[in-house]
Amino acid sequence: MASITRDEVAHLAHLARLDLTADELDHYASQLDVIIGSVARVAEVAAQDIPPTSHSVPLTNVLRDDVTTPGLTPQQALAGAPAAEDDRFRVPRILDEE
Amino acid sequence: MTAVDIAGAIASGQVTAAEVAQAHLDRIAAVDDKLHAFLHVDVDGALAAAAAVDAARAAGEPLGPLAGVPLALKDVFTQQDVPTTCGSKILEGWRPPYDSTVVRRLRAAGVVILGKTNMDEFAMGSSTENSAYGPTRNPWDLERVPGGSSGGSSAAVASYLAPLGIGTDTGGSIRQPAAVTGIVGVKPTYGGVSRYGLVAFSSSLDQAGPLGRTVLDAALLHETIAGHDPMDSTSIDTPVPPVVEAARRADIRGLRVGVVKEFAGEGYQPGVEARFRDAVALLAELGAEIVEVSCPSFGYALPAYYLIAPSECSSNLARFDGMRYGLRVGDDGTASVEEVMASTRAAGFGPEVKRRIMLGTYALSSGYYDAYYGQAQKVRTLITRDFDAAFGTVDVLVSPTTPTTAFKIGERADDPMAMYLADLCTIPSNLAGNAALSLPCGLADEDGLPVGLQIMAPTLADDRVYRVAAAVEAEQVRRRGHLLIEEAPAL
Repeated sequence: MASITRDEVAHLAHLARLDLTADELDHYASQLDVIIGSVARVAEVAAQDIPPTSHSVPLTNVLRDDVTTPGLTPQQALAGAPAAEDDRFRVPRILDEE
Repeated sequence: MTAVDIAGAIASGQVTAAEVAQAHLDRIAAVDDKLHAFLHVDVDGALAAAAAVDAARAAGEPLGPLAGVPLALKDVFTQQDVPTTCGSKILEGWRPPYDSTVVRRLRAAGVVILGKTNMDEFAMGSSTENSAYGPTRNPWDLERVPGGSSGGSSAAVASYLAPLGIGTDTGGSIRQPAAVTGIVGVKPTYGGVSRYGLVAFSSSLDQAGPLGRTVLDAALLHETIAGHDPMDSTSIDTPVPPVVEAARRADIRGLRVGVVKEFAGEGYQPGVEARFRDAVALLAELGAEIVEVSCPSFGYALPAYYLIAPSECSSNLARFDGMRYGLRVGDDGTASVEEVMASTRAAGFGPEVKRRIMLGTYALSSGYYDAYYGQAQKVRTLITRDFDAAFGTVDVLVSPTTPTTAFKIGERADDPMAMYLADLCTIPSNLAGNAALSLPCGLADEDGLPVGLQIMAPTLADDRVYRVAAAVEAEQVRRRGHLLIEEAPAL
């Protein structure tokens, strides 16, 4: 445990949608190896019967009344869009071409 | 002048809010090229807000306690039509279509927002060196960092560019910058201040809070921005703790103060430890009962944090995909959406953000989840239990805020683990969610730079950190004749 290869870093970068250069992959592989080696110390803690904490405030199912409130207009929502068309976000192709 | 003095002068008509705003804008124009505290100065917006306060006063309307007081806002909060970058190229030029709740409350209180301050990209860092727009400098020594990630706000307040600042604290990002610039910074109880419109880094840890040159100023700002908000489902629906009253009370006779045993020794600068010991002695002289307390799991807070925060960030930052706002790279008509996303994120994110996204992706990946993220969440429980046990015997806990004074720009830039150590003492309160404050407690002998005293109180007992800090501050001023920040060199 606590060792990470360049290939694993390349896989992580793909999963995280980061198009890294070869130099970046080398650099991050060595740095992540050191960081993971250090944070792996959490394994030293005997915690088999300890419940996990995901959040410091114990809240569940916070609900509100189902009432209509004003929202953004299409123009406001699209104001920062890199590309827009017909009141919609314009995105690159999402399917392979036939 | 303090924020209280400024508000009083405006309310009594000695000066107009417009004059106060203009004086601060002039100072920013004169000295901020040395510091780079601001990423964007909103001259028109600030003058308009100040004019509105003056008009309200002229019309005889009641003014709030901070009406007309200028403020430096960390560039991680949305402010309608004002550039909001989070220190990242991926949001360069983005103007949000809505106000964050913090901004809405500041506006309602008549606070004059001068502009947006520099920060480590997406609040990931302890030095503000991770900003895509270049570092901010520490007004005490321009070769050194102002802390981070809220380093633009800390530098602005410490150098009198603004009497008040807003920061966010995910692992110490308000308290550590406050400590190394000689000012007051507070991380309220998690859920005390709404996160609506605060661009998320690690949602279970992020908390907005005040920076000021005095404890009372910070308390007034805390009260202004705190309180339940239906727009943030993790916002706590209870009354805001009486922080202003506590800051005015400043009496700690009989209070039980626990010194965290684990936060000393190797890695702590001698000058930091010396000033911390002085502060503990001062607390005893003021009538507090000092007890040594052990929090054995705190030693695992840093590794647990560097699993939990990157995990949450890897998920939160997935929203920056170049589709709906911000940067888009490589959309040449042939590239697929996945290729455009990967190109955009590679071009838009800086090294620390990429590092943390990959670390989080790793910690959450199947096969490693239980050993890393799952185990870190259990350690989080143990840290909360350490706090609960300690607060069963003492009213507040104290430690140095950060193990060293401000380090030099570039010194830790390519050594992430060395950088992460800056948050060693502050992280436990983020994991457990309780309130914590940093107060200046003197200058280290070896470098003449400010040292911070951290005061921690139980969840929702935010008033206690103000009460203790105000008592210490009052005694320091009585002995020195002035606030520590007044010893900072002129720019």
